[in-house]
Amino acid sequence: MTSNATQGAPQSVPALLARNAGQFAHETAYREKEFGIWQSWTWAQVAEEVNAMAMGFLALGMERGDYVAIIGRNRPALYWSMVAAQSVGAIPVPLYQDAVAEEMTYVLDHCGARFAICGDQEQVDKVIEVQESVHCIEQILYLDKRGMRKYDHTSMNWLMDVQAEGRAGHSRFEAELAKRTAELTYDSTCVMLYTSGTTGKPKGVVMSNRNIVEAAKASSEFDHLRQSEEILAYLPMAWVGDFIFAVGQAYWAGFCVNCPESAATMLTDLREIGPTYYFAPPRVFETMLTTVMIRMEDASATKKKMFDKYMAHARKVGADILDGKPVSGSDRLKYRIGEMLVYGPLKNTLGLSRIRVAYTAGEAIGPEIFEFYRSIGINLKQLYGQTEASVFITQQPDGEVRSDTVGVPSPGVEVRIGENGEVYYRSPGTFVEYYKNPESTASTKDAEGWVATGDAGFFEEGTGHLRIIDRAKDVGKMADGSLFAPKYVENKLKFFPSILEAVVFGNGRNRCVAFINIDLTAVGNWAERNNIAYSGYQELAGHPQVLDMIQKHVEEVNQSVAQDKILSGCQVHRFLILHKELDADDGEMTRTRKVRRRIVEEKFADLIAGLYDGAATVHTETEVTYEDGRKGALKATLELRDANVFDTSAARAAAE
Amino acid sequence: MLDTQQDGYVTADGRQIGGVVMELKNITLRFGGVVAIKDISFDIRQGEIRAIIGPNGAGKSSMLNVISGFYNPQDGDLIYKGQKRPQMRPYQVSRMGIARTFQNIALFEGMSVLDNIMTGRMHHMKSGFLSQALWWGSAAKEDAVNREAVEKVIDFLEIQAIRKTPVARLPYGLKKRVELARALAAEPQILLLDEPMAGMNVEEKEDMSRFILDVNDEFGTTTVLIEHDMGVVMDLSDRVVVMDYGKKIGDGTPEEVMNNQDVIDAYLGVSHD
Repeated sequence: MTSNATQGAPQSVPALLARNAGQFAHETAYREKEFGIWQSWTWAQVAEEVNAMAMGFLALGMERGDYVAIIGRNRPALYWSMVAAQSVGAIPVPLYQDAVAEEMTYVLDHCGARFAICGDQEQVDKVIEVQESVHCIEQILYLDKRGMRKYDHTSMNWLMDVQAEGRAGHSRFEAELAKRTAELTYDSTCVMLYTSGTTGKPKGVVMSNRNIVEAAKASSEFDHLRQSEEILAYLPMAWVGDFIFAVGQAYWAGFCVNCPESAATMLTDLREIGPTYYFAPPRVFETMLTTVMIRMEDASATKKKMFDKYMAHARKVGADILDGKPVSGSDRLKYRIGEMLVYGPLKNTLGLSRIRVAYTAGEAIGPEIFEFYRSIGINLKQLYGQTEASVFITQQPDGEVRSDTVGVPSPGVEVRIGENGEVYYRSPGTFVEYYKNPESTASTKDAEGWVATGDAGFFEEGTGHLRIIDRAKDVGKMADGSLFAPKYVENKLKFFPSILEAVVFGNGRNRCVAFINIDLTAVGNWAERNNIAYSGYQELAGHPQVLDMIQKHVEEVNQSVAQDKILSGCQVHRFLILHKELDADDGEMTRTRKVRRRIVEEKFADLIAGLYDGAATVHTETEVTYEDGRKGALKATLELRDANVFDTSAARAAAE
Repeated sequence: MLDTQQDGYVTADGRQIGGVVMELKNITLRFGGVVAIKDISFDIRQGEIRAIIGPNGAGKSSMLNVISGFYNPQDGDLIYKGQKRPQMRPYQVSRMGIARTFQNIALFEGMSVLDNIMTGRMHHMKSGFLSQALWWGSAAKEDAVNREAVEKVIDFLEIQAIRKTPVARLPYGLKKRVELARALAAEPQILLLDEPMAGMNVEEKEDMSRFILDVNDEFGTTTVLIEHDMGVVMDLSDRVVVMDYGKKIGDGTPEEVMNNQDVIDAYLGVSHD
């Protein structure tokens, strides 16, 4: 260890790396599947790789405080390049690899990146396109050599060449590197992450070493993360969660980060690795469950019967067994048999056999999906967090897990509820500032360090668990003064496997209406089983039988919403199935797949008008953007449906 | 554009095209009374993408089969790397560095993608029958080397996700890609593609075109392809041979061929009398 030795614990990511290289020298730090084989690196090897890369960066003239953009899928060398940049005093800025050049332009210009490290040719092309309008980028480095041979290399380098140069010139750079790494303190910037921004331009969240290291330390202790954990790094590197799990916690606890071969092989790789600690947004768990259910539909009668029988038993006692609650001996025995026949093989197929701790966050997860995973013995928990908090605000302790809360404040985090119902927090993980944006910093974080989350929520009496209702700014009032919380209804809708996305409108109106996106996998499979022919999303979405099915779902939701005494006004009176899937490329969603409500509202204003004026059909034309950036128009005539709503006075009377 | 037979030239996009690697001289192929190929001559240069086009029944596939050694022409010479090639069996031709794909996919349906591509490495396996059967000695070592080469091809063609999938379960477009992978695994000097894009949708065609260009670009593989999609042919190839009724009616760059009156007639149709 370097100068930090005097102050006790390491105070930066490079310092943690140095500690791990000594303490866990021969333990595996990274694995990546390449050419069909898992290649691995020990902590000692990683330290050598990172140092060589850092010296290569010095050779290229990387200065203290330079911003280094990193764009690509999760690969060890890209993680190392982040730590190498930190080692020379520069600040890594990971970007979303699926962002189009336009979005990248803003971010690269905003942070004034001098270096761009790209995963492959596709990313290099985007950066070159950006360079037409943004002139700060001086050097492009790339990792995958494919297709790069004919590019002008005057200010472009293969990352491995840079590393080789660093190795060759080690006698020149060693002293300078040691000096720069030693300068890092708890208060120097560790990383800058751009928030995806549901509204407006992305903001650069500046995180100090203190933020990352403290958050990693507290959360590792909360879940007793050990050196022997295995994780699969497959979520975007630009997302704070990935930085915390695959860098913060991995370096703090010294566990192994596994990188999949490609996005398409993620599920196979998951199965081969069998991670012990796993994070996935609800969508991933939903997709997995949908796949299982679809395959069970096609399974033989015996298998299906066995599956149904033991799953019913798991639903009855599985979660209690996981929570350590008293369960009768015969039920335990039956569960044990189920484990042998159904749950065990199922977990193995999903690659979840070895899970000790799994988290989901970002969106509400359907109670049935959540219960499914818990019932087969997977310790799936929820947490509530944001980029500005270095992820953790609240999380669920073992044994206190429920689908409708997000848990208790994480260690070291203070949470309070504002007068308007908004959730505020303060913690060592709280971000330093928004880069070049003091107004936003001031409006988000007050002088005492309390940060407004923008979410409305409340602490449940008795348990002390936090419940989130909706985005504070989305919570509104209906024309009759009752509370309007769209997310609450949308989540209930989305819990149906056939509904992928729902957007509810009704703020300031006398009744609510909704847009629905169907899930092509689930509905497509249903269509196949019912002999319904279709050529694509649009045709299926307009099919009368699909509309009937969705109408039933909407009415079921209305019935359940009617039971809620506060939110009973949010029942969906009319709905339509959108003719296109909401897509980040069209700006309708963020890259983390959250609906941009305002944009959807503007873009489909004609459809909303149709829903409110009672029209039976609406003809519409929508501009779409293809993956390669070309634009086209989508024309459709949509059928608008009325849904039954339920009497709310009865529910109110019953509640009283 | 074509300066000398020996030297070569550099294309507009910066690829080095070398001298003539294969020359076909006055090839005539007959099946009984039917003349499939009538006195055709053309050459193939090192590193180029050479297309053979023509209406149905023009003799394109027969031409490819002559090159691959499947058919032996009754007349004419085939000069490969400066030497006249004697009559050969297809496997002998294949050992000389010529690999191909087929118009109708010819994969082993029951085998996995990986195993199918491994069969492309046949000529690189030297260990004896006994060693292979007992999995002892050189066989195991050789397998590792061959597997590595195959994995590089899998990586190149981006088919990692279907590595272990039986070919029978793959969609058509992917099967075509696996077939290309198997041909590439042989590390050929000349790659023969028989209608690589037949029956594909636009997206699959775009992918396949990209791969053909990438293969040529990365490995400098000389490619001879038969294709019906004119857009694809004109975009991909450096030079085009046009055939009609077993005869050569045009030869040159895509532009030259497109402006050739005989070619236009053959495609738009005039009475042949």
